[in-house]
Amino acid sequence: MTTTPLLEAREVTKRFGAVEALRGASFQIFPGEVVALMGDNGAGKSTLIKTICGVNSPDGGEVRFEGRSIAGWHPKAVQALGIETVYQDLALAPDLDTPANLFLGRERLKPGILGALGVLAKKSMRAEASQVLKDLSVKIKDETAPISNLSGGQQQSVAVARAVSWADKLVIMDEPTAALGVPQTQAVLALIDRVRDSGRSVVLISHSLPDVMQVADRIEVLRLGRRVAQLVTRETNEEQIVGAMTGAWTQEVAA
Amino acid sequence: MSTGTVTPTTDEQSLEAENLRSRRGFRMPRLLGSATDITLILILIVVVFAVLDFQSFFTVQNFTQILINAALLLVMAVGATFVLITGGVDLSVGSVLVFSGVIAGKVMELFGSAGWGASLAGIAAALVAGTAWGIVNGLVITKLHVPPLIATLGSYGAAQGLAQIITNGNDLKNVPIELVDSIGFGRVFGIPILVIIALVVAAIGGLVLWATRYGRRTYAVGSNAEAARRAGINVDRHLLKVYAFAGMLAGLAGILSFAKFGTTTLAGHATDNLNVIAAVVIGGTSLFGGVGTMIGTVVGTLIPATLANGLVIVGLNSFWRDFAVGVVLVAAVYLDQLRRRSRSPR
Ligand SMILES: Nc1ncnc2c1ncn2[C@@H]1O[C@H](COP(=O)(O)OP(=O)(O)O)[C@@H](O)[C@H]1O
Ligand SMILES: [Mg+2]
Repeated sequence: MTTTPLLEAREVTKRFGAVEALRGASFQIFPGEVVALMGDNGAGKSTLIKTICGVNSPDGGEVRFEGRSIAGWHPKAVQALGIETVYQDLALAPDLDTPANLFLGRERLKPGILGALGVLAKKSMRAEASQVLKDLSVKIKDETAPISNLSGGQQQSVAVARAVSWADKLVIMDEPTAALGVPQTQAVLALIDRVRDSGRSVVLISHSLPDVMQVADRIEVLRLGRRVAQLVTRETNEEQIVGAMTGAWTQEVAA
Repeated sequence: MSTGTVTPTTDEQSLEAENLRSRRGFRMPRLLGSATDITLILILIVVVFAVLDFQSFFTVQNFTQILINAALLLVMAVGATFVLITGGVDLSVGSVLVFSGVIAGKVMELFGSAGWGASLAGIAAALVAGTAWGIVNGLVITKLHVPPLIATLGSYGAAQGLAQIITNGNDLKNVPIELVDSIGFGRVFGIPILVIIALVVAAIGGLVLWATRYGRRTYAVGSNAEAARRAGINVDRHLLKVYAFAGMLAGLAGILSFAKFGTTTLAGHATDNLNVIAAVVIGGTSLFGGVGTMIGTVVGTLIPATLANGLVIVGLNSFWRDFAVGVVLVAAVYLDQLRRRSRSPR
């Protein structure tokens, strides 16, 4: 790879009180790439991506997007760069319906004086939401129902659809398939493929080796808050990945 | 990919069952939405009193009286609806009402307590005083991170105390006659101006809640504040606006009350906060936030008012109202809990 990375984290540190969640973690993803971020529970995966997208601010280290330092930016500013995140703890409003969740924080207003008064363009948002879900082959039983009335899998699909439809450059997904059955998981993986086909990049956090082997171009492994391996999917195997996750095998150059 | 052709998973089957269940429960007209059940209860109450004493109860005059009696609570309940939907609570409203009335009285004294000039100054002063308390509530909650229950309990005491200090404990009674004749007792096409003001406030509040981005974000903040924050919504600023708005409406109720009763009624509003919360919750707004409608609040305000009126007409002690309202309140919250429990686990 000779191009500059789309996103790069270098030697990021983050502590919560006594817990050192990140001890100099690094990460890289290039344009049009799907990279799986793997690691044991507590390895710091969620913390790393929250630090990248502005929910946490790093204690030290660097985060660069297209060469520009974005460490400590406000989540809104990071979003404006074209980065969207599906958080492990979903971040949906359970009492709002599907269109309202898809447009949360980006509500569309009516044109003219009504819009100036803050009146929502509900019809237009509903129509666009249906279209987005259709384009992504996401099937929601009742789009006008509060999202809490949907199954865990459907809620997850809405969160994924929201991220994919707003992200211009990079989608970050934190265990998006953890709550899903086999068919829904396959749907999310197919969606990831399509995001890549559109020239965008995906960071996929997952514990599922088969899923990762199926969809990822590369795999980066975190252990105890540090990167311990950078692997190319078709040059590695499950044993090596598990070895990296458990500490049985370390790649010297990774950190 | 073809998720549509696979046999339904258990997940999808349980979803089907869930949809059926909710469809059966919420089949009623869209307009009322979750306020349907409670509207039926109000209609039932009206029918019962109409059957018991049609001649005295079922008259335009008596219904107007019920609306007059409910007007002040309704104005405050509109603000409380927003507050409760954010998942908060405002215990300070009755005290802020009294405080705002006192400030209005003092300001009107400066203008000789007579004439339209004094009246308008009094109205403005009450609105400013109420908004100020609302801003204090909002700042204590968002900046000092004091829970709304305690923050507004504090201003409940503080506002009442200051009102007593300013007046030495003696009610002000210097209302300009213009104010009494208009807001206090005036009518337009036979409808009391007091009632018109309350209904207009409720209508505007309802439209803001239902149709605007501000309303949408009020639901979002109450439904999942963290989700709202991550979606780029400034949650603290939104909460501050909601409490300021509720305070302003308590201030408005203050000048309405002063005009209606001709006195600052220092001792008359100690339980307004509970009555307002009861009305809003009866109307289907959830104490846990994220859910509620303004139509529900209007109905929820009318139920206690209708009970109080009807019970007296049929010759029962009006204390039965307190009993009945208590029962309806608990039943409303129980229904809300049932609805929440029927949700899929998050
Ligand atoms: N907000 C927080 N406050 C305190 N500790 C945290 C917080 N977030 C994460 N941690 C801790 O940081 C470590 C890494 O957590 P996390 O990033 O969630 O791991 P992973 O996503 O890889 O399972 C864990 O020990 C976790 O308990
Ligand atoms: Mg995690």
